[in-house]
Amino acid sequence: MSTPLLRITDLSVSYALPRRGTGLGTGAALREVSLDVRAGEILGIVGETGSGKTTLARATVGLVTPATGTITFDGVDIGGLQGSALRGFRRRGQVQLVFQDPLRSLDPDLTVGQLVSEPLAIAGVPRSEQRVRVEEAIGLVGLDPSTIHDRLPRQLSGGQRQRIALARAIVTRPQLLFCDEPVSALDVSNRNLVLSLLDRLRRELGLAVVIIAHDLSSLAGVADRIAVFYRSRLVESGPVEEVLTRPAHPYTGLLTASAPSVAHEDRLRPADLRLEQGAEPPKGGPDSCVFLARCRFAHEACHQQPLTTPLPGTADRTAACHAATTWPSQIATTSTSTAADQPAAAG
Amino acid sequence: MSQPEHDAYAASPRTLEVEDLHVSVGDHLVAVSGVSFQLRRGEAVGLVGESGSGKTLTCRAVLGLLPETGEVDRGSIVLGESDDRVDLIAAGRTVWDRVRGSRIGAVFQDPGSYLNPGITVGRQLVEQLRVRGGLGRTEARERAVGLFTEVGLHDPAGVFQLYPHQLSGGMLQRVLIAIAISCEPELLIADEATTALDVVIQAEILELVARLRRDHELSLLLVTHDLAVVAETCDRILVMYGGEIVESGPTEQVLTDPRHPYTRALLAVATIGDWTRRTLDVIPGQPPSAGEEMPGCRFAPRCRYATQACVSAPVVTTEIGPGRSARCVRLDELDTEPGAVLVQDRIEATA
Repeated sequence: MSTPLLRITDLSVSYALPRRGTGLGTGAALREVSLDVRAGEILGIVGETGSGKTTLARATVGLVTPATGTITFDGVDIGGLQGSALRGFRRRGQVQLVFQDPLRSLDPDLTVGQLVSEPLAIAGVPRSEQRVRVEEAIGLVGLDPSTIHDRLPRQLSGGQRQRIALARAIVTRPQLLFCDEPVSALDVSNRNLVLSLLDRLRRELGLAVVIIAHDLSSLAGVADRIAVFYRSRLVESGPVEEVLTRPAHPYTGLLTASAPSVAHEDRLRPADLRLEQGAEPPKGGPDSCVFLARCRFAHEACHQQPLTTPLPGTADRTAACHAATTWPSQIATTSTSTAADQPAAAG
Repeated sequence: MSQPEHDAYAASPRTLEVEDLHVSVGDHLVAVSGVSFQLRRGEAVGLVGESGSGKTLTCRAVLGLLPETGEVDRGSIVLGESDDRVDLIAAGRTVWDRVRGSRIGAVFQDPGSYLNPGITVGRQLVEQLRVRGGLGRTEARERAVGLFTEVGLHDPAGVFQLYPHQLSGGMLQRVLIAIAISCEPELLIADEATTALDVVIQAEILELVARLRRDHELSLLLVTHDLAVVAETCDRILVMYGGEIVESGPTEQVLTDPRHPYTRALLAVATIGDWTRRTLDVIPGQPPSAGEEMPGCRFAPRCRYATQACVSAPVVTTEIGPGRSARCVRLDELDTEPGAVLVQDRIEATA
């Protein structure tokens, strides 16, 4: 396999030291994360609020400095960039970030034309070329440049605004696009519109796209691979269909089981994966698995955080769970029996 | 989740009756028109639609919390039956004080913004219990800790002492639910209450609401854009589009056999439990805005089955089965079209 476009190795990011007595976090926003993004693929990143998804995006565009680890983009270690080299990297716009709420991330006083041309000015593209590039970008996101060029963000619908935010991101012809919750604020129809647009852009422009989402329906249908984060760690990754139909980490299992569904088919119930009602959560120390306190399958080994390792018997899948290969069968046995309360299975 | 018959609640007392409700916003722009539905004791009804469909305005009207420019033009909203009957349209300040927070509880999308950041969550619940419930200081405190336990907060006595910023979104929503049910209301309104939460927490909150419904015989009016959430929670579903109810009926029937083209389109675009890579469908066009004059069906401009008959004259709601109705002139013809494709993934160059 060729070298990935973006290779993140052993990345840790820390925002602040833990404050005693506040009971808040440990200051670590990302711990020992290794992840590849290949040219032309769509990678979905899921995880709850505060799991480190956004920090990963910010580190990759050079907005935060990693504590340890390396980020290699197109052969260049951007974690080590400083001063003018870092500014230069950011200004070229090879990696672009798209935010959740375009109404807040787009300057309300600038017209669509000004918003989309701004990154070009920063990247140093000559004025004469800007107009053409702007129209091209607006056309690529499926809007008509001549009618929309002079409008202000508030004069656009939600879906149009998000498409303008996308146009602004692709106008510099980036190789990698990080979209932070790009469709969370949109209705289902507009959500599908923006997702299919991302899919089309990656085909037409050969872009790699990372979609960050807190729920699975914001990735379903477009992502090729998925990376699941929990409490600042990457707990599972792999091809999206395989990971979501046969999860290897109990947290991924809980995610898929918790997704509401229209059909009442046989499937895992969240209760199959949660701790028993009223059961005392397993107590862990600082080195324990991040999921320990919520895990039904915790055992002795889980007091040591498992590393994210390739999943046996699969290509291209990783998981960070001591029970990755054993817990699914434990569920199968508990859910087929009809007894209401099963004793907590220990692996 | 069990799917009760459509008339499982027929014998239960009526909690809420909304009849021919018309709401306008701004400069008399019609935003909700002709909405009618009933909720019986213990029943859960889901109000579904895109943003701007009027679902939130409908529930705000029931709460008497319309935005300043909003106004009920016509229709009635009645809470309870016989002796407990209250006409909410005519209700003045004193009546609302006895109803809101006491007989109707409500939770919204962003729990953090409904709590005072400078007061512990325990005190905010105690305040509610003392003002609305008339409990004494010690009693209120005990009841508050009991309520925190009931809504599934771990260490309820500890949470009592915490400020809103010290709690996660899921915990805050549990606190809000505790406050909403503290005075034993008969009706709970949840407006996109789980939308901002991640799926794991959403599932927990939905389970909690289902349990509270059972234990307290609560009627639930759930407002959401997510069909799947309704599928998991509600007995009946009301699909709103452009300020009107376009289809209603028992949840399972509507979702397995949708009759209105809009309901079908909504189901087709919802990416639920399908993780495969595929072409995503899109409903072309935009929904009408409030006040837009349309003599016929409001979905017609986006509907591939629209004919002249759809746009020229008002469309009436047709009974299509026990407890089921739909607002479409071509219902009979459409039912014979097999596997109709209603949506397209075309991205139009329109502004």
